[in-house]
Amino acid sequence: MKAYPIFLRGIVTICRKNILLYYTKPPVLMFGILFPIFMFLAFFVGRDLDLILFFPGFLAMMLFFTSSSVGPLITPWEKREKTYERLLSYPLTPESIIFGDILAGAVFGLCIALIIWIGSTAFIPVTVLSPGLFLITALLGTFCCSALGALLASPASDSPPNVMIFSNLIRFPLIFISGIFVPLSQMQGLSLVLAYCSPLTYLVDLFNATISGTSYFSPVVDCAILMAVTGGCILLARFIQVRNLVRGL
Amino acid sequence: MNAIEIERLTKRFGTYAAVDDISFSVREGEIFGFLGPNGAGKTTTIRLITGVLTPDAGSVRIRGIDIHRHPIDAKMQMGVIPESSTVYGDLSPEQNLHLSGELYGMPRPLREERIDELLQKMGLSGQRKKPVRTLSKGMKQRVSIACAIIHRPAVLFLDEPTSGLDVQSRRLVIETIHQMNKEGSTIFLTTHNIDEANTLCRTVCIINRGKIVAQDRPEHLRRMFESTQSVEVSFSRPVQTTFFAGEGIVRAEACGEKWRIYTDNPDRIVKYLVHQAERESLAITSLAITGPSLEEAFVQLTECP
Repeated sequence: MKAYPIFLRGIVTICRKNILLYYTKPPVLMFGILFPIFMFLAFFVGRDLDLILFFPGFLAMMLFFTSSSVGPLITPWEKREKTYERLLSYPLTPESIIFGDILAGAVFGLCIALIIWIGSTAFIPVTVLSPGLFLITALLGTFCCSALGALLASPASDSPPNVMIFSNLIRFPLIFISGIFVPLSQMQGLSLVLAYCSPLTYLVDLFNATISGTSYFSPVVDCAILMAVTGGCILLARFIQVRNLVRGL
Repeated sequence: MNAIEIERLTKRFGTYAAVDDISFSVREGEIFGFLGPNGAGKTTTIRLITGVLTPDAGSVRIRGIDIHRHPIDAKMQMGVIPESSTVYGDLSPEQNLHLSGELYGMPRPLREERIDELLQKMGLSGQRKKPVRTLSKGMKQRVSIACAIIHRPAVLFLDEPTSGLDVQSRRLVIETIHQMNKEGSTIFLTTHNIDEANTLCRTVCIINRGKIVAQDRPEHLRRMFESTQSVEVSFSRPVQTTFFAGEGIVRAEACGEKWRIYTDNPDRIVKYLVHQAERESLAITSLAITGPSLEEAFVQLTECP
């Protein structure tokens, strides 16, 4: 049997398994869906803010939280439930497992973002100026955030709560420094430097470009940075996960 | 051809050698028992052989394929039932089997046919749609075994497969092992149950502190320790340890109302016991000479120096 179809089959099977098992787990629902909605409402309700102006940031934040919420849960959950060792004994490469986890997170992010988009556009008069770029942004964004989720899962042992705390410790600060609530053009000094370091900044900027037509960076730069971050997260996740493969078995 | 070839396999965790330069081979079609006390290195060895762990040195070949160079090809040849690992509790037996078959690259029609066959054989047809977490431990283990043999592996690894199971499930597991072996699979079995190894395995290998201390047929291993046969005796009233201070007695152990006396000359000990009993006006209520057991061989090979 050739290696290529085995690799792809592994990714698809692992992704399907993750969809069946993890989409309805409480940490995914709580930190992936409820938390970003309440977070946005907490900032938005009671203030005289322009909803259309904030919509790209809200969409990026939803995509970020949903896509990155599945990945951190899978490996520690499987180690705790004692199913991970069996998984490692199947004819799979570590890359198939990592890509399967990333794909499951990305599909989750896209589905939720689609529901949010359909639901929101019924009430908010949002128009997409460039549907092609919007689609690219959604795909790039969801894979980038999902790869970040897989990276956050890599040091995992067998404790899902510990991993969720760790991943939220990384994810929460990002929403404050990525131009969601304060536009990049109004930032300066250290906050701007921090914004440059957050991948979420480039996703928000791309959604701004596709919805409001204004962006801080060129969309090409945003796309290139998101692709680079995705690749970096995958490589780093692979390196750390292979090192920690049997930790907590 | 050998189904499994292990050559100078070593795995260290820090300075501790969990598996220390071990070599052995398992012939095609054999039921091979891998025994050892807790912490001897059994699970680490099985993880190295099944490609879960990477060795620091040495090689593992499954039907001639090096598992660490060609893991996918080697893993396609085998089915694994890890010691503590289980199947997905939120999925049904049928879904678990589909997942397993898919990961082994089985096309859907073939998978469905095999799943029906396995669920029936394992007595799980009535539970095929129920979440595995709602099943008993024995049933979960049956699902686990079915997942490992769905693709009819050439080599089947079982790490303590009957541990903690009820009698029916244990019998079913043993029957399945025999059946798989009859169909041509090589079985690599780790167990704490010496009787199980004795009756199931054609060859047993004993590991202690990461090193292989013996590998032979169970009857040969027993013969290695013929010098330690035992005499079991009970008397009409209790006796003290000093009663067994005769020449030729290696040691005497109380086992309930009986005494077990280890010796290299049972005939002499029987005569001694009869003589002593007469002298102290005791009646011998039972007397039996037992040959060397695999358990005794195991204890002697693995006891601390």
